[in-house]
Amino acid sequence: MSQATLRVQKISGHAGSIPGEDTQRQYTVAKLVDTTTCIGCKACEVACVEWNDMPFSPTTFDNTYQTMPETRWNYWNLILFNEHEKEDGSLMWLMRKNQCMHCAEPGCLAACPADGAIIQYTNGIVDFQQDKCIGCGYCISGCPFNIPKFNKETKRVYKCTLCTDRVSEGLEPACIKACPTGCLHFGSKEDMLVLANQRAKQLKDNYNFPNAGVYDPQGVGGTGVIYVLHDATQPELYGGLPSNPQIPLMVKLWKGPLKWLGNLAMVGGLIGLAVHYLRFGPKERVETPHEGVQP
Amino acid sequence: MSHADEILPNGRVVRYDFGERLTHWTAALSYIYLLLTGLAFWSPWCFWIAAVLGGGQTSRTLHPWIGLIFSVSVINMFSKWSHQMHNTEADKQWWRSLKHYIQNEDEKMPPAGRYNAGQKALFWSFFYGAIILLLTGLVLWFPEEIPWSFRWLRYVAVFLHPVAALATIANFLIHIYMSVFAERGAIDSMVQGDVTLHFAKRYHPEWYKEIVGGSSAPRK
Repeated sequence: MSQATLRVQKISGHAGSIPGEDTQRQYTVAKLVDTTTCIGCKACEVACVEWNDMPFSPTTFDNTYQTMPETRWNYWNLILFNEHEKEDGSLMWLMRKNQCMHCAEPGCLAACPADGAIIQYTNGIVDFQQDKCIGCGYCISGCPFNIPKFNKETKRVYKCTLCTDRVSEGLEPACIKACPTGCLHFGSKEDMLVLANQRAKQLKDNYNFPNAGVYDPQGVGGTGVIYVLHDATQPELYGGLPSNPQIPLMVKLWKGPLKWLGNLAMVGGLIGLAVHYLRFGPKERVETPHEGVQP
Repeated sequence: MSHADEILPNGRVVRYDFGERLTHWTAALSYIYLLLTGLAFWSPWCFWIAAVLGGGQTSRTLHPWIGLIFSVSVINMFSKWSHQMHNTEADKQWWRSLKHYIQNEDEKMPPAGRYNAGQKALFWSFFYGAIILLLTGLVLWFPEEIPWSFRWLRYVAVFLHPVAALATIANFLIHIYMSVFAERGAIDSMVQGDVTLHFAKRYHPEWYKEIVGGSSAPRK
């Protein structure tokens, strides 16, 4: 991965300070996916496989326009398809390009115990470093979007890198470059939000989608992939997009209060035993192994 | 081959036979490995332990296998000792006198049998802790096999595994402190397998009575 021009701001499983933190300011980048203009052509899927040098992946035909049920360790970008029946009985084909959301507060990174296996760059990209991954799979439990995927042969976890190697060289991600309808955009998060809100307003005012809106969930601090949805009140319709994604409560409890209580208890326990020995000593001061009390 | 509770010619009494000692030390060594690698996964400040033990990947690969060895030895100890671990009326008295036990005023303690109430509690919490660690550990071993709709299993496992581990760490610290530091002579019972009659009489008077036949009540 090209890290030369990117600065790190968060490191998984890391004790101490972050080298180079705050030495450079960078734009927070974001992908904008306008689901209302996606035609489900899969050009982004192919571009992803091509650019990232991943092998052919067997597809599953299930009578829909979806390539396979979910992303794989070597298939990071998948358009989820849903034939949605509206209240008036008419149908809508909902297409959502699914990939890593590059959360501002990534659950994978919070759950990861391996130093440096997951890093977040100053520009917001969350990236897995497979050479440091220990294959524990905790990131799978930390992610509210079902993104990290385990490879049984290499025993490492993989996911979308948001094309760090391209972005660090000033290029847009491969999926963006391939999109023929212009439903994919890439730029600073700020600009993408402006563009997304404009499009949502257009959908409300001119296209009879009163619930149109932007998906940028705050439960994970906002995401590096934002969606324009025809109906932002029902994100679940779009391939199960969670309406309020959070780092799972159990993961938060484990990495938060349990950790502090546990550390306190372990250190306190050791000190307590040492103090007990100093205060009371052994139960019997002199061991007399040969005394042999006879019956 | 000497048998449990047998009084040897040198005046010592057998407390643990070879099978019991072997199981105990299999559990002990595997537990120490699990503790060290587990601590490495628990906190970034302990991750260096994984480096010392061959690296993060090696530790992650071996931890579950060693966990299986630990589980088997715990189940083996359960089958050997659980029938001796039932709580009695005297054990309730023992807990009420815990303060004296902590202050080394053993003469004020109600007489204990082969195991005192504290040892029994230790046995059960180690046993149930190990069962929880085994069940949650199996989920954590293969997280990629858990379908998305059963993800709650992973959430329960990532939380309960360290909770149970912390409970066993509390046991572990107390266990080592008592057997190595506080009760001089106790460690012999698990190494050579025997203790002095004096030890038996002092710490396990009811057991002592049983061994010597109960005819002569032991003097203080």
